[in-house]
Amino acid sequence: MTELRPDLAIISEWIEPGSRVLDLGCGDGTLLKYLQEHRNVTGYGLEIDPDNVLACIKNNVDVIQTDLDAGLSDFDEDSFDYVVMTHTLQAVSYPHRLVKEMLRIGRQGIVTFPNFGHWRVRTQLLLKGRMPVSNALPHAWYDTPNIRLCTVKDFEELCKTQGIRILERQVLDHTHRQRALARLLPNLLGEIAMYRFENGSR
Amino acid sequence: MSKTFPADSVGLVTPKRHFFDEPLPLDSGRELPSYEIVYETYGELNEDRSNAILVCHALSGDHHAAGYHSPDDRKPGWWETCIGPGKPIDTNRFFVVSSNNIGGCSGSTGPSSINPRNGKRYGPHFPIVTVADWVRSQARLADVLGISRWAAVIGGSLGAMQALQWAIDYPDRLRHAILIATAPKLSAQNIAFNEVARQAILSDPDFRDGYYMDHGVIPRRGLALARMLGHITYLSEDAMRAKFGRQPKGSSGKLSYSFDVDFQVESYLRYQGQSFVERFDANTYLLMTKALDYFDPAAKYDHDLSAALAHVQAKFLVISFTSDWRFSPARSREIVRALLDGDKSVTYAEIDSPHGHDAFLLPIPAYLDVLRAYLNRVAEESA
Repeated sequence: MTELRPDLAIISEWIEPGSRVLDLGCGDGTLLKYLQEHRNVTGYGLEIDPDNVLACIKNNVDVIQTDLDAGLSDFDEDSFDYVVMTHTLQAVSYPHRLVKEMLRIGRQGIVTFPNFGHWRVRTQLLLKGRMPVSNALPHAWYDTPNIRLCTVKDFEELCKTQGIRILERQVLDHTHRQRALARLLPNLLGEIAMYRFENGSR
Repeated sequence: MSKTFPADSVGLVTPKRHFFDEPLPLDSGRELPSYEIVYETYGELNEDRSNAILVCHALSGDHHAAGYHSPDDRKPGWWETCIGPGKPIDTNRFFVVSSNNIGGCSGSTGPSSINPRNGKRYGPHFPIVTVADWVRSQARLADVLGISRWAAVIGGSLGAMQALQWAIDYPDRLRHAILIATAPKLSAQNIAFNEVARQAILSDPDFRDGYYMDHGVIPRRGLALARMLGHITYLSEDAMRAKFGRQPKGSSGKLSYSFDVDFQVESYLRYQGQSFVERFDANTYLLMTKALDYFDPAAKYDHDLSAALAHVQAKFLVISFTSDWRFSPARSREIVRALLDGDKSVTYAEIDSPHGHDAFLLPIPAYLDVLRAYLNRVAEESA
């Protein structure tokens, strides 16, 4: 098979083999398909887009067509080892509630999102006075699905206020590569932020 | 006169029948001393008998799911949209079995059959049959056909209820259950519609307590009325508006100021009602609606659907349609939730469609794509 996108490769390393995984906004099911085939993982993808639902079926991934904004009440407490949400946090109506929900139904949460604190985003707004458009944020302001953009600092602040312990953080550039310098200045140099976290009270 | 059938049709088919000498025990406590099941098959059973699909029909369906009975047939089987070479239920890959349910009026033993114990027509004495009874009879048909395990059991509406019952009652006899536009049990509203339909039939003077055949009459008005009511529940309000709006029946557009037909929708319903009477039996209609009302597989498990599904082994595909208010997406999600509770393999697709409950019979591309993609998986496992 073709090489897994680097951010998904990192997630698959974070996930213990044999786990149960729920992938929120699973897209075409690439991650779950990889995890099923290489990490002996079971689980479901949730997806709202019909084309993606179809792609998941073709990828042999169990997918439930769901609107994440309608909540995750169909899922019991602690029914998954990991609840994953890649590039979706910024597109839901209530990210803070969803992050809480992730830790209700899963032992650990994993999220990735485009970091709005990246220097290129900052300079577009500062120098051009325009809403930023980049590889990680390709949409125009009027038709973007990304309605809840945040920065690395914002997310970590949210975790703090919600009593969530961050277990791992990784930032990548827009080609999804890790860069040494970005580790030092994640909010400025990371285009994509990745976190693994759990309830602080555990 | 002969004509050629479309290339993606199974073409000319001949129904088969099997007589079962062994009594069939029924949920009601009664039994059928012997019975006959009429069925059709499409495609070829493979060597290891792993590519068989059972198609279960809904309230007014029958065994004739695909193809044509004669070169002059105007209409093909009821699920021609989905069954045929190259179609989602691909007869080049699958061996498809479609049977007429017991109690039906298309050839399987039903109210118009003769009771072997007294030589008289069953009529109103035909025992009430349930979804589980049908599944039991279908399992015997599977035995006869040498199919120990279906690749999939598929149905829409009441047909999907049979697929669900199959997964519960015979967990090791199907690999996949495909449930379309269904519910885990009827709501009070669903039962209410069924009751009005039954009352329409029962109160027709020609019903004659169910012995109408012996009197050489048919409760036409009652059965037509029941069907008209049914049709309202199969369509969404939007679909009705799009199809008929307030279009007048006649070309003049003038109101008749009488109780004649003024609007297209009235004409449509009357036509549907009247043509139904020609092909369907009133006693069967009563039985089918009761089977729907009684369907509640969770009842035996303390009304816990998750418990009812705890032992299923089949993988599930559940499909609903956004504008279906008879069995709305929320009802399908009840089944999905129960399957998730048990960590069962399930895929759920909610198809955007304005066509109401009828959508499950229509060639809606997104729907057929989902079915095709899933069945492709099933076929690859069977290969």
